Amino acid sequence: MLAFTPPPLPSDDKRWKIVNGTMRKNGFARHALIETLHTVQSSFGYLDDDAIRFVARSLRVPLSQAYGVVTFYHYFSLKPPGKHTMTICAGTACYIKGADKLIAAAEKRLGIPQGQTTKDGMISLMTARCVGACSRAPVVLSDGEVAGEMTREQALEQLERWAVE
Amino acid sequence: MNIEELEQIAEAVRQENAKFDYEVNVCMDLACFSQGSDKLRDALSKAAEASGKKILVRRTGCMGPCSSGPLVRVDPEETLYRHVNAGHAEAIVNSLGGKPVPALQCDLNEHFDKQVRVVLENAGHIDPEKIDDYIARDGYKALLTALTEMTPNGVIHRITESGLRGRGGGGYPTGLKWGTVAKSGGDQKYVVCNGDEGDPGAFMDRSVMEGDPHRVIEGMAIAAYAVGASRGFIYVRAEYPVAVARLTAGLRDARRRGLLGNNICGTPFSFDVEIRLGAGAFVCGEETALLASIEGKRGTPKPRPPYPAMSGLWGKPTLINNVETYANIAPIVRNGGRWFANMGSERSKGTKVFALTGKIANTGLVEVPMGIKLREIIEVIGGGVPGGHTFKAVQTGGPSGGCIPAEMLDIGVSYDALLKVGSIMGSGGMIVMDDTSCMVNVARFFVEFCMTESCGKCIPCRAGTAQMFTLLTRICNGQGSMDDLDMLVNLCGTIKETSLCGLGQTAPNPVLSTIQYFKNEYIEHIVNKRCPAGVCNMEARVEVLA
Repeated sequence: MLAFTPPPLPSDDKRWKIVNGTMRKNGFARHALIETLHTVQSSFGYLDDDAIRFVARSLRVPLSQAYGVVTFYHYFSLKPPGKHTMTICAGTACYIKGADKLIAAAEKRLGIPQGQTTKDGMISLMTARCVGACSRAPVVLSDGEVAGEMTREQALEQLERWAVE
Repeated sequence: MNIEELEQIAEAVRQENAKFDYEVNVCMDLACFSQGSDKLRDALSKAAEASGKKILVRRTGCMGPCSSGPLVRVDPEETLYRHVNAGHAEAIVNSLGGKPVPALQCDLNEHFDKQVRVVLENAGHIDPEKIDDYIARDGYKALLTALTEMTPNGVIHRITESGLRGRGGGGYPTGLKWGTVAKSGGDQKYVVCNGDEGDPGAFMDRSVMEGDPHRVIEGMAIAAYAVGASRGFIYVRAEYPVAVARLTAGLRDARRRGLLGNNICGTPFSFDVEIRLGAGAFVCGEETALLASIEGKRGTPKPRPPYPAMSGLWGKPTLINNVETYANIAPIVRNGGRWFANMGSERSKGTKVFALTGKIANTGLVEVPMGIKLREIIEVIGGGVPGGHTFKAVQTGGPSGGCIPAEMLDIGVSYDALLKVGSIMGSGGMIVMDDTSCMVNVARFFVEFCMTESCGKCIPCRAGTAQMFTLLTRICNGQGSMDDLDMLVNLCGTIKETSLCGLGQTAPNPVLSTIQYFKNEYIEHIVNKRCPAGVCNMEARVEVLA
């Protein structure tokens, strides 16, 4: 069997070493694809073409398959996130308690639909399937911090605070 | 490690705890944490130190009634305090040894009296990151008993005798599944834990994984011994970072104690577990899709048979169970199958954990014996619908389940009874809706969810859910006709019959059950162009689907 040499790291950015570490830990096995993509996303915030290419080559997975996996799972993002991210939970309990109104208000305030980032790259507006804090619905994550029983006013206030930064 | 050593660890913890006169337990689960229970714990620790009293301040997993959070329970008095913040720390510490603080006292006796705690027996009593806390409450005793005193067949027999059925929602008899994997040949077998709690509006599995991670690990190890597996995987949603951290720490501690790894407790049995992160795909709750995802592929289901019990991960026999199923294993092995079978109803044994949410006074986690009436869960344990509103429906089973109306509330909770009224047990989400919810809009919400989450492999689900969504949107916008309603029912039947996996087969359930029990609301939307609950905006234009 021909010895396999993994491709060189795309740059001397230290984060690539972390990504490589995940692959090495898994013996560069193909089934480590999702694990590795998770590491890329947590290190870089999103997955760009270079990253997907590098991971696919390192794990000897066809690029089409790697791209297929990236686009199949909602958790992976192909675009860089804004400086701040507001994630509004759209799970059933939150929906029953009016999360749709929160989403509409935030969309109107920012002038972007959910899933997008404002043009200045400041704020991303995301929705989540469920963050598991259903007993405190509706739930909003502001830069990852969970807040329950959110009102429209509180959500808009948070957006204002970010906007004046 | 043997039983005596385990007992020594437990004894050491008990002696250590006996040095304290009081235990102040602080709930640090997500709901309480999001209201600052971390600061509360620090304040309590500080106040405890300053008071000079012998007080143990402990962080714990979910105590249950999240709507009263942040929660603090003082032992040995078992006084429960609600809505506690850091400012209350001194008052609570000062009250120890005297009368409790009346302003914070929580009267939820009725809420707790109706519950039976098996899966949640440790919740609120142990520090989730301390393996010794778990051991002190009989943790890992079941694993050692199984390894040293029971044969694999004996373990399977005990699980079969208990009548335990899969808690992920399907309700397949657990003992039977284990038996099939045990009988499958091959040198390598796998044990997989489904922690991809996809049902939006349910968080039982998250609370178990975060609040009592060793219970899941022990259940998996016992299962591995019973079926002859040497490797295990826990598949957890990436949206649950705390659960991932707790399980990672739990696995590390179990290895250090020799409860995982090679030749566990000096027996020939070797077993270890790895964590795999989900990446946000509801369909991965389906077992074959989940296995594909562990293999690093897109999570698309495969036709069964072959079942994973014969050919699962990398083609090897694989046992796959839900978090709550594994959480039931240790108590069953410890207390016997008959003990478990004595709880519950005729064909649904034991208890079930529900995440009670929506328009209900006491939202949170509850564990009830199977067979309990829905009415008791909602009116007594849940405290009824608040704000002067009236109860309309309770939704179980998430996007795969149905809405159960007020007149059906006297059915007992069991797999079969829920199926009979057009819903399913599901993994345990229970969402209460009042008169401000529009049932057509609710159906549309679930269909939209299934449409987005459809993996696209089979046509009935991929195209069918999109067509259902278009029809429901039309009705919600006041542009539907009675023909649309007929077409919708017809389409539901086709999708149910012809979809490849559970996602498609059950996607019509929310639509069918709302048409069955709330047809008048559909007719009101279609004929009178009016939304009785005032939710739907009748003037909205139909979105054109590409």
